Order: sequence, then structure tokens, then C-alpha cells
Amino acid sequence: MSGRSSMRTPLERVRGLGSAHTGTGDFWRQRLTAVAMTLLIVPVIVVVIMLIGRNHAGAAQILGSIPIAIILLLFIVASTWHMKIGMQVVIEDYIHNEKLKIASVMANNFFCVAVALASIYAILKLSSGV
Amino acid sequence: MALSIVHRATGVALYFGTLLLAWWLIAAASGPTAYANVQAFTGSAIGKLIVFGYTWALMHHLCSGIRHFVWDLGYGFKANEREALTWGALVAGIALTVLVWIIAYAVGGGR
Repeated sequence: MSGRSSMRTPLERVRGLGSAHTGTGDFWRQRLTAVAMTLLIVPVIVVVIMLIGRNHAGAAQILGSIPIAIILLLFIVASTWHMKIGMQVVIEDYIHNEKLKIASVMANNFFCVAVALASIYAILKLSSGV
Repeated sequence: MALSIVHRATGVALYFGTLLLAWWLIAAASGPTAYANVQAFTGSAIGKLIVFGYTWALMHHLCSGIRHFVWDLGYGFKANEREALTWGALVAGIALTVLVWIIAYAVGGGR
């Protein structure tokens, strides 16, 4: 920070960034992942219905097929990303203690990355048939 | 109508409900015993109730989200349009939930 005080915020520091300090990136990605899931929801529901009532061998065979694995991978990436952004908004709206807020945002990131990677790993394992 | 809080609440519910989806995929990758555990849970009364609730949360959040797309595009801000969009999302979310479960039972119920 410079010692000079001014009523005006230096434009180069705030241009396109706003109060979140990261600009409109999260706003855009929240919409991007929402549109992706809107397109993917019908195929995903079809896959889930295909699996109802099947035993492990049948389910594993369906989940390991290439088009179904790709549909689920796309949906997992879009949904966990969307979850991360959405929960961060909720945290920032309701948690006002700064330390608790930072810890919550961190936990949110850990949770979403863990859910994403565990699910992706499971699908890749099913696809490789090991 | 204050439905924006329902959009948020269903979002939070789906956030934690994703654990069920992840558990199911991991179980499928783990083997028959783990998969049978998931099926025992989703086949139980409480499991069915949770999956039904999850379906409604997903369908409502989807329809309510489409309402937000309409607003993002700059339409539907008049009072009567806002009301129509909000009620439409509520009704469509419930209707789609019932429809998905009817199809699920029709297709998978006999297996």
C-alpha cells in the first residue's frame, strides 16, 4: 500500500475484479457448469435407471462402457465444480468470523476435490476392468 | 414467493447427497460385497426416502436453475412473470421427480 490516501481506488487494482478479488470467474463458471449439467442430466438419469435392480457384475459392465463412463466423468467434473462454487457463496454469506470462514472455504475445497477424485478413480477403475 | 432460499437449500442438500453417489460408484469399483451394501441401503425404506428426496432436490434445483438462466438472459422480471417462473419451477420439479420414479419402477422394478 502506498502512503498516499485518496478517495479513489486505483483503477488498475480493481478493473474487472470487484469485491470477490477474482473478478467474474466464479460467476461465469457457475453458469458454465450449470448449462453443462442441464445438457447432461437426461443421459445421467438414463444411466442410473439402466442400473436399477442389477447385480454387481451387470452394473460394473454398464458403468465401465466407454460412452457411459464419459457421460459420468463429464457430470462429475461439472457437478463437483458447481458444488464448490455454490457452497463457497453460502459460506461467504453466512459465516462472518474470518478464521472460521477461511477454514470452511478450505474444507469445502477439500470435500469437493475428494468427492471428484474418488468418483473419477472409481469410474476409471471400472473402465479398465481391473 | 421466496423460493430462492429453496434453491439454496436444495443445493446444500445435493452437495452432501453427492456422497451417496460417490459411495455407490466406489462400491461398484470395489466389488460385489461393497455393491450389495449400497443396494441394501438404497433398497431400505430410509434409503428409498433419501434417494427420493435427492431426486426432488435435483429436479427442483434444475428447474429453479433454469429460471435463473431466464433471468440471466434478461427476461422474466415483471411481477407476473417472476411469479409464473417460480411456480413453474416448483410444479415442474415435483412433476419431474414423480415422472423419473415412475420410469425407474417401470424399467427397473421387474429386474
